[in-house]
Amino acid sequence: MLLIDCPFCGPRAEIEFRCGGESHIQRPGPHTQVSDAEWADYLFFRENPKGEHRERWFHAAGCRRWFNAARDTVTHRFRVTYKMGDACPEADENAASEAPVVPQGGVV
Amino acid sequence: MTRRYSALSLLREGLNGQRGWEPAWRDPAPKANYDAIVIGGGGHGLATAYYLAKNHGLTNVALIERGWIGGGNTGRNTTIIRSNYFFPESAAFYEFSVRLYEKLTDELNYNIMFSQRGMWTLAHDRHGVEMARRSANAMLLNGIDAEYHDGPSVYANIPGLNPNPRFPILGGVNQPRGGSARHDAVAWGYARAASALGVDIIQNCEVQDFIIEGGQVRGVETSHGTLRSDRIGMAVAGHSSVLATKAGLRLPISSYALQAFVSEPVKPCLDTVILSPATGTYLSQSDKGELVLGAGLDLYLSYAQRGNLPWMERAAAGVLELFPQFSRMRFLRQWAGIVDVVHDSTPIIGPTPVGGLYINGGWGTGGFKAVPAGGWCLAHVMATGQSHPLASAFGLERFETGAMIDEASASGIAH
Repeated sequence: MLLIDCPFCGPRAEIEFRCGGESHIQRPGPHTQVSDAEWADYLFFRENPKGEHRERWFHAAGCRRWFNAARDTVTHRFRVTYKMGDACPEADENAASEAPVVPQGGVV
Repeated sequence: MTRRYSALSLLREGLNGQRGWEPAWRDPAPKANYDAIVIGGGGHGLATAYYLAKNHGLTNVALIERGWIGGGNTGRNTTIIRSNYFFPESAAFYEFSVRLYEKLTDELNYNIMFSQRGMWTLAHDRHGVEMARRSANAMLLNGIDAEYHDGPSVYANIPGLNPNPRFPILGGVNQPRGGSARHDAVAWGYARAASALGVDIIQNCEVQDFIIEGGQVRGVETSHGTLRSDRIGMAVAGHSSVLATKAGLRLPISSYALQAFVSEPVKPCLDTVILSPATGTYLSQSDKGELVLGAGLDLYLSYAQRGNLPWMERAAAGVLELFPQFSRMRFLRQWAGIVDVVHDSTPIIGPTPVGGLYINGGWGTGGFKAVPAGGWCLAHVMATGQSHPLASAFGLERFETGAMIDEASASGIAH
């Protein structure tokens, strides 16, 4: 069970939350000048990294507010949560070195 | 040395102290040049390599796999085979796959233990019944076997179902030719047959980079050195985005963990495959007696190959809703595979923007049933440069043209 630090409510269990996918996606525009390829990229193509991912979360069974998080897709560790509209705080070198070492997943 | 498997060879080797069997596939050192390279030693990659050799006469082929063959999603799925799709494009493709599965044991001379025990999708409310009727009609129009059953008929066909469930069972659709097969045998059978035709299967070989010159792929840099080929196919499921990034490509794929579980083994008690979308569970019993059950996706990106606890609880609750008598059984194992989900739950098979580089991916939660057809169609496009007619609607360009095949909302089945 993940413990997720809602920036409004504090740490809560993962069942209270929904993930809203990749964050910081900018809608292209003006719409008359956007090509089909750019619309496709905006609507369907995603970063999908193996490592840190910046994504939106929704505290569905709590304050019902949206926020951003930087989370590792292998360890599931939340490095930081931050408010919608804010830039993602950069990783703190010292804090990162204190993070527990979690073995990587097996091979696919 | 004994190569062909038969009752006679089994008897002969039994009398011979089992000393004459040869390894099922060779373990060659990689060569510098190949006519085609397939990346990914799961079902789809192995099937691709086999059909490249068998259908197209390309035998100077390398199949490279980062771990061991069949060790990814091919070894992690719930082994269900079915073609109960809605749209004609999907139905034709998956039905072709089921038909290949029906002949696969003979063709590969390897028992894949395909058991066509039926595949039930249950409906628990009026809307579910309407979806079930619609689904059955669509399947029949597409030439696929389907039977709609009302509630009493479902109970007559599936012994042991909860007679007094919280969510009443009002109907169901059965595809009698659906069922399950031994997933490892599918991988090993294709590997053995491909190797016999000359394909080099190279395990523990990780792709580190692509060699791309002027927009055309020329080879791959691997942990075993440089392998050159102007034709490369990628069939790496949940890691499609990671691999494509090495070729400078972005894909319309999100990778999630999909969990599955087996219980302790018990005597035969469930002779079919059951999917209950409303309770979020699917269930069958393996030949070893374990109940095999699956959950929904853990809905945040993951490459962790382990599932989360809330979904585990929900899957168990779903099974107990259908079969309360299983409540005292124990989980024996729990695991997850990383699945490559696309927006319309329709696979991607075809060329990429890089010349000579082809993709087979986007299977979401249901790639196992498509292994023969996915390999067949990737081999076709790699060998001929033209998409196979069955896969012509499955190209990457559909995300730009908008010609989606939206099985995600149409089939009403777990993706």
